This record gives sequence, structure tokens and C-alpha cells, in this order.
Amino acid sequence: MTIRELGRDTAPRMSFFNDPVIRGIIYQVVVAALLLAFVYWVIGNTAANLAAQKKTNGFDFLWKTAGFDISFALMPWSRASYYWEALVVGITNTLLVAFIGVVFATMLGFTIGIARLSSNFIIARLAAVYIETIRNIPLLLQLFFWYFAVLKTMPSVRQSIALPFDAFINQRGIMVPRPTPDQEFAWVMVALVGALIVAVAIGGWAARVRTRTGRYPSQIVWPSKVADAVVTFLVAFLALALLLGLVFPIASFVVVSAVIAAAVALGSLTRYAAIAKGAVTFFVSFVLFNALLGFMFGWVPSLVVSLVSALTALVVAQVVYANTANRPPSDARFPLALLVLIIVGVPALVYWATDASLAFEVPVLERFNFKGGLQLPPEFIALAFGLTIYTASFIAETVRAGILAVNRGQTEAAQSLGLKDGDRLRLVIVPQAMRVIVPPLTSQYLNLTKNSSLGAAIGYPELFNVFGGTSISQSGRAIECMAIIMVVYLTFSLITSAIMNWYNGRVRLVER
Amino acid sequence: MTNIAYVRSDFSEARAAPRSTTGVGAWLHKNLFATSTDAVLTLLGALFLLWVLPPLVNFLFIHAVGINGTVEECRLETSGACWAYVWSEMEFFIYGFYDIPEVWRPNIVFALGALLLVPLLIPRVPFKRANALLLLIAFPVISYYLLAGGAFGLKPMPTEKWGGLLVTLIISAVGIIVSFPLGIILALGRQSKMPVIKVLCIAFIELIRAVPLITILFMASIMLPLFMPQGTTVDKLLRALVGVTLFSAAYVAEIVRGGLQAIPRGQYEAAASLGLSYWKQMYFIILPQALKHVIPGIVNNAIALFKDTSLVYIVGMKDLLEAVKTKNDTALEWQSANTPTTGYIFAAMVFWSFCFSMSRYSMYMERRLNTGYKR
Amino acid sequence: MSQVSETTVEREIDTSHMQVSETEVAIDVVNMHKWYGDFHVLRDINLRVMTGERIVIAGPSGSGKSTLIRCINRLEEHQEGQIIVNGTELTADLKRIDEVRREVGMVFQHFNLFPHLTILQNLTLAPIWVRGIPKAEAEATAMHYLERVKIPEQANKYPGQLSGGQQQRVAIARSLCMQPKIMLFDEPTSALDPEMVKEVLEVMISLAEDGMTMICVTHEMGFARQVANRVIFMDQGQIIEENEPEAFFSNPQHERTKLFLSQILH
Repeated sequence: MTIRELGRDTAPRMSFFNDPVIRGIIYQVVVAALLLAFVYWVIGNTAANLAAQKKTNGFDFLWKTAGFDISFALMPWSRASYYWEALVVGITNTLLVAFIGVVFATMLGFTIGIARLSSNFIIARLAAVYIETIRNIPLLLQLFFWYFAVLKTMPSVRQSIALPFDAFINQRGIMVPRPTPDQEFAWVMVALVGALIVAVAIGGWAARVRTRTGRYPSQIVWPSKVADAVVTFLVAFLALALLLGLVFPIASFVVVSAVIAAAVALGSLTRYAAIAKGAVTFFVSFVLFNALLGFMFGWVPSLVVSLVSALTALVVAQVVYANTANRPPSDARFPLALLVLIIVGVPALVYWATDASLAFEVPVLERFNFKGGLQLPPEFIALAFGLTIYTASFIAETVRAGILAVNRGQTEAAQSLGLKDGDRLRLVIVPQAMRVIVPPLTSQYLNLTKNSSLGAAIGYPELFNVFGGTSISQSGRAIECMAIIMVVYLTFSLITSAIMNWYNGRVRLVER
Repeated sequence: MTNIAYVRSDFSEARAAPRSTTGVGAWLHKNLFATSTDAVLTLLGALFLLWVLPPLVNFLFIHAVGINGTVEECRLETSGACWAYVWSEMEFFIYGFYDIPEVWRPNIVFALGALLLVPLLIPRVPFKRANALLLLIAFPVISYYLLAGGAFGLKPMPTEKWGGLLVTLIISAVGIIVSFPLGIILALGRQSKMPVIKVLCIAFIELIRAVPLITILFMASIMLPLFMPQGTTVDKLLRALVGVTLFSAAYVAEIVRGGLQAIPRGQYEAAASLGLSYWKQMYFIILPQALKHVIPGIVNNAIALFKDTSLVYIVGMKDLLEAVKTKNDTALEWQSANTPTTGYIFAAMVFWSFCFSMSRYSMYMERRLNTGYKR
Repeated sequence: MSQVSETTVEREIDTSHMQVSETEVAIDVVNMHKWYGDFHVLRDINLRVMTGERIVIAGPSGSGKSTLIRCINRLEEHQEGQIIVNGTELTADLKRIDEVRREVGMVFQHFNLFPHLTILQNLTLAPIWVRGIPKAEAEATAMHYLERVKIPEQANKYPGQLSGGQQQRVAIARSLCMQPKIMLFDEPTSALDPEMVKEVLEVMISLAEDGMTMICVTHEMGFARQVANRVIFMDQGQIIEENEPEAFFSNPQHERTKLFLSQILH
């Protein structure tokens, strides 16, 4: 029996292929070779195909005349324009509809998302139904619905539906008045900008003084009280004049409104401020409800509408009265009215002083079409509307998740410190929720921008439609056009993620 | 100091909450009128419902023309939705131009699919593995031969004739199923230590995710023939399938990556220390855990993909939305003011029921998995 | 079963300022009941706390201890009976709730510091926005209390950078910055690692030495013996027994109290 030698003098020779490093290199070389071969094959095929179709390639076509029409462009466009101009038109049209969509979807989405969390059963249910309905139906289908079933079934041009403020809606879209300011009006704009800057400066200063000294600067306490009264007077006067002029027509309604409004405004300076505030609220909400309910329930007799509006307005006024009485306004209040008065009042003064005028070019129905005014094509309206409605449902979910992500203990801690609801939301809840909301919100914005390419299906001349559809069929340079489109979208995406990374880095909570 | 000792002599039994905190009145107060602001909101909400609901109910039900109605009724000024139109075009909406005498074939496919899918979705039903194999391997083969024909004495049925809901379901099912393994491979590639593979996977995933689906579909359906050797023709449906699948794979890859990152490092180390090869580590240890985490994400992706299949309309495929739009535009015998609206509402209801059930299922699974996690 | 620890802080308690007022009532709870839906969580609670009292509430988990003190600053609503804090009865009236919350500080089991604000900002937030105190003054007060809880050097860090014990001390300082008349502690040491319990108890003891009116829900029986002038035992939503700590621990009267003490004390 021989003894098998178990040990070896030299280290075991590793199989060449079992060395993980070498194996990795082999894998990578194989993959790269396969990819290169595939690319080579595709390029060869493409070249052969293009040669067979007698097509040329290259990006020189960008400087050639496009020779097609684009129905909607923010810049001058004619058949004589170049392809690169078509690209710019496509990009600006995409950005325009994306911008409008983002603004409105954000407003709607935040409203619905907060409503979804309301303790009020009806409001929460309504928001839930909205979200669950909208986000489970394809966007393209929604666009078709708005475009083909709603906007395209509008009456013909000759039977246009007149909307308030000289706007019209028909098969060809919405016509609204176009503002035509004169030369002097430039001063009003300058004044507006100046007033805005001044107002922001005053607001910032007041807030800084408030944190430093614990109270708002004495210099603005009195002006802001006066401004409060003036704003109260103006709002009450406007509401009353509308109320007495339109709803319950009485003679000399201007004088009566002015007297009542003045009484209310003076009252707001005394200890009857809560009553004054309740009264103003009553006037305003009466007017608003009357208009709104009159629009919603046109078939109901106007007396009933007025009665219901009055009752509703009374309830709202009672709420405001009770809240004000509970927490009387004091000097420790941000001088909002003063700032509003500056922003509105200064330009108004300049408007009056310089004798400027802001005329509106009203769209007028001529024999076959509208002339003048601003014409919004139905493709644009359907796309902007559809994107807003659709994206809002996703933003709402994002907002809801963000608010729910803030620990319940944060609310309790803030409450137990005595912070009021407004301060609690502003200082504790919102800053934390926004950290959770912003990243997914940004990707919703990016999604909206990408989804705007569906405008191609309803004929809105956005990037894909102009440069992927028309330009390809006119120039035959499919590869070049698609490459450019992809690069543009890639750029949007990279910019978005750059912003997102910057934001995330900035607001990340510091941990150990 | 006074004596503060106290001992309870009688044990206070629990009693029912006062009327003011339970019952209908309390519910109403708590949920509708808790504060005066709430009361105003309730009022506004009620007014809104009063505004929206009656016309909606009138349009959909009370003034609607039922499935046995005629086009003349639909054309009346006072009529609502025209369900008769939807009913009479139903076959086109479901099968497209599929020969009517042959529709038993897609019907068998639908039935078989449901029969195999439902038990797979109910956690209690056993034989999951056999079931899944049947659904993923046998079912597609059988379905292909049943639908396309040309073998076993079945009449050939070119894909150009397929349409409607059939095509929508085929594209989304294939997209969802095939993109899953592709997405896993891409996700693993993105985590790989080999730079070439890692870079390739990242480039593919990020490029696809940056561009809209219709550019991908456009590439796949219009430009694919350019990339092929001359004279090759690729079936149109297949092109759309390739586009949708690649698109979805990139998104699945990102979802799976999230799951892979959620796995503690220790699991990777433990798997490696057992001496398992890379693929065995992934198959036996890492992926089963990662995939459990990402089921909700995968289902959400499936919902998005199901909705996105409607985009194949833009590259000329005939899915449910295309079928409805075609009939809306061309069915002159059903032309009326409410015909297009009714058609789109019908399509919306179909899409909605699929997506809504998927999202509810995902929530159900999420709850199940969560409870499993807590214990 | 609830976790009970016997951490003791070994030092002499300075009792010179620990005086219980004979006349001044800080909190008065009268025949109070509370339900969660149909569940009767608090039953017939009667509790009068005099200014300067240090009360420890003990009891098994789910006995309603936390709910009771959360009712005192109206984080929870009660349905029957009265709660009067510093002469203000708690009702749905927001004005009264604000008034009470300004005077009552609360410390939570999970600290609930604001993670997006620095320690100093956490401490000055309420003084600035609730009391309208100038920022500089609020910061000076904040630094004073941070020194009291012995972590002034952490003022510009974020809560996430601190240990649990430090976070809880910051939370106590945050409440103190509002200069409350009453402090409520809701299991302040339950979420802490054992070695950190001591530093928090230390702060609580020094508060007691200053004569603060305190109600503590805690499982720290050592703290109860050292500091409390009254221990209250709760079970199934009601007060079963209350007594001075010595008598409570050495001679419990009620069966449930005996059972509870036998389970936690060996």
C-alpha cells in the first residue's frame, strides 16, 4: 500500500480561464466585439439600403429650404424657412406647451393632492375619484377625447360660442382679445416692475425686523393699517357695486356702495374689525357664488340662485367672522395689504398720470373667419389641457406621499410648542415635505415634456411632429432627424437630472 | 402634607361611547362639519356634485340609447350616449379585421390566458411553478399557432388582420413578460464590475429612458427595415413588440436596480462566502429577495406599459384605441353628435378596468408582503 | 410587557426648591372620559395636580398613561368631563388650546426634533414665532438652556448628527425655551440605549430641583423613588392607586398594583 502524496510543493496551477480578472477581460472583449460587429453590420445594411433608394445622408439639409407649412409657430415661419428653423420651431412649441402644462399641472396637482388628505369626506373622495380615474386612462385616449370629441365638435366658425370678455370658442380653437398697449403704457410696466421690487424689499425688511426685534417696524404699522382699510374699501366697493348694479339693480348704486364700503372700511380700524371682515367676506362671496352658481345651474330661476348664494355667502362670512374674532388681527401681522396696495396702486397712478391706454384688439367675426385677436388653435388647447389634467393626477399622488412622509410626531411637536396651524405648516411641515416631493415632481415635469410628443397624434407641431414627421418625409433624412430629436430629449433629461442632483445635494438632511 | 394615598375600590367597566361620538350624527360631524371651514368645503363639494352628477348620469344612463337602440334615436337632440353603436361595432373593437368565422381562435386564447393567469395571481392556489411554466412557455406557443394559423389545418391569419383589444393585450402581455428578464439582465449589468458591460448597460438604460416612447416605436417600425439586409421584411406587429419591449426593459432595469440596492451588503457577502458562482448567487440568493421588494414597482410599470401600448396607433398599428377612432371617424351609418364621445368613453372604460384592477392587485400584494416583512 | 429599568442617578437630591403649593392648582382633571371610536380608553379620570408637584404615572402598556397626558395639552380630545390647565378649561376653542399649549411643555418618546433645522433653530423657532421674542434674545435663552442640558457645543449641528440621549436633551431644552409652567414627559427614555438614559434622567432631576411642575409617564422606577412626590398607577384606562413613592413601592394596596410591581421588581 503506497501512501498517496497529498501535499504539493508548488501552488496549484490555476486554469487560465478560472482567473476572475482574465475571465472578466475575456467577457468584455467578446461583448465589445459582438457589439462592434453588430454596429458594422447595421451600418453596412443601412448604407446599402440608402444607396438602393438613391438617398443621400449628412446634416447639410439643415441649411436647405424646408418648403412646408407649420400651423402654429412662436416665430415667423414660411415655406421659405430652413430646416434648422423648423427644428427651433419644434423645440419652442414643445417647450411652450410643456411650460404651460407644468404651471397648471403643478397648481391643480397640489390642490388635488392636499384635498386628497382633507379630513372632509366629500373633498377627499372627490380628489380620490379624480386621481383614480385620470391616471388609469391612457393619455393618448384623453387627448383624442378632448380634441376629437370635445373641441372638434364645437360649433363652426359662424356659430361660435361667445364667452365673457370678448372671447369666442369654435372648431378652430379659442379666440381671445389681443392686448395692444400704446407707447405710454411702457411707463406703467416700468412702474409695475419698480413697485414689485419696492414691495418685495419692504416685505423682506419687515420680516427681518420682525425676527430681529420681535415686532414689525413701527414705520409700517400705521401705513399698513391705512392700507388695510383702503383695500377693504376697494374690495367692498367693487363687490357691492356689482351686487347692487347687477343682482339687485337699484338707482344710484355707486353712491350707496361707496357709503357702505366706507363704513365697513372705517369699522375695520375699530374693535368691530371682525364684523367688518365678515361683512366684506359676505359681499365678495355673494357676488362670486352668484356668478358661479348662475353659470353652473343656468336652468334654475335666478331668484333661487341668489337666495342660495346669499345663504352660502352667509356661512362663509360667519366662518371668517368667527376666525377673526377668535384671533384678532394685531400689529404682529405681515403687512400684506400694504404690499398689495403698492403693487396695484403705483402702476394705476402712473397709468392715470401718463394718460396711457391699454386697448384690446377684439376678435371680430368676418365672412368666413375671425380677424384680429389672439387665436389659440384647438390642437394646442387639447394638448395643454390633456397634459395638465393627466400629469396633475400624478403630481397629486406625489404631493400626498410627500406630506404623509412627514412624521406625525412633527405635527405634534409643533403643536405642543404652541405654533399656530399656518406657522406649523410653513415652518415645519412644508419644508420637510418639499424635500420628498421635489425629486419625483421633477421627473413628472420631465415626463410631461416627453408626453408632449403625443401632440403629434392630434396635429400639434411639437418637436416630434415637425422634425420626426414632416421633416423626414420632406427631406428623407430619417436617421439624421431622429438622431437630432433624441439628442434634444436627452439634453432635456440631462438638464433635469442635473437640477435634481443639485437640489438633492442642497436639501439633504444631515445625518451622522 | 395631607395624605395623598388613594386606592380605587370599584373597577369602572368600559361603557359605550356617548351618542355624540358614534353613530351617523357623529360621523357626519367628524367628516363633514368638524370645523366651520369644513362646513363650507362640504357645501362647495355638494354643489359641485349637484352640478356634475345629474348631467353625467343623464348622459350615460337615463338619456342614453341602449344596446338595442337605433341610430335615429342616437341622432335625437335629447339623446345621451349611443351604446347601440358600441354594441354593434363590438366585434371590430375586440378583434379588428379578424375573420368573423374564425374568432373562436382568439376567444380560446383569451379563455386560456385567463384560466392560467387567475390561479397564478391568487396566493393560496398551489402548483405555482407548473402554472407559471405553462403560462410563459406553452401558452405563447399555443396562442401563436391558434391566432396566426397556417398549421394544423387552421386558416392562415396574417397579423395585419389582427386588431382591437386583441392587439392591445398581445403587445402589453409580450412587453410586460419579455421585458422582465431583459430588465433583470440590464440591472445586473449596470451593477457589474466590468466597465465595458457597465457602461453599455447604463448608456442603453439612460438613452431609452430619456426619450419618449414614440421615438422608440418610430425607430422600431419605420427605421428598423433600414438597418436590416436588403429585402428582409419584419412583421409590423413584431417591430412594435420589439420597440415596446426594449422601452419597458429599461424601466424594469431601474426598478430592479432599486431592489438590488435595498439588499444589505451582508447578503452578497454571505452568498459569495458559500462559494456559489456569480449566476448561482444571483439566482438563489439575491434576486429572490430583490424581486420581492420590487413587485409593486413592476406592477406599476405594467400599468404604465398597458396604457402606453395605445401609442402604437402613431406608427400605424391597429390596437383598441385605433379601432375606436377608426369607427368614430368612418362609421357613417352611426354618425351622430355623441358617437365619438361614446366610443372614447367605451375605450376609456376598457383601459380603466384593466389598469385599475392591476393597481388594486399591486396594493393587495404590497400589503401582503409588508405583513410578511414585519414578522 | 413594558420595559422597566432601574437606572439610578447617584447623587443627593437638592430638595430646597421642591415645594408643593397647598393652594395653587396647576392641572385639574374632573370625571374625564375618552373613547377611541367605541374603545373606552380613559375612564373616569380624576386628578388634581398642585403647582410644584412631580408626578410619575406607571402602568402596563395600553393602560392609557400616554393618552392621559396627551389630553392635557389637547393632542387628544376628551369626550366627557373637564380638563382645566392653569385655570383654562380645554374645549374645542382654538384660542384656549393655544393658551394652554404655550404654558405646557411636552417631551416625546421619539424626541420629534425638526430634522431640517439646526439645534439652535429648533430651540428658537417657537419663541420667535409664538411669543414674538427678538431673535437675539431667543438665541441667548436657547444657549442658556443648551448649557443647562450640557450640550452648548452642538448648537449649530443638525438633530441627525446627535446621539439619542443628546437629541432628547435638546428636546427638553426646546420645551424649556418656551418657559412653560408645566412639563409633560411621555416615556422620555424608552427609545434610548441604556447608557443614555442616565444623562436624560439627570436633566429631568435638575428640573425637578428647580421646582418645575412635572408629569412623567415613565418606567424608570428609580427616578420615581428619587424625585416624585406622588406615583400614580393606571390600568385599563383608569387610575387604580396613587400614593407617595415610599408607600407605593413598599406597601401597594390594590391587587393589580401588587401584580404589576411583582412583575417589574424582583
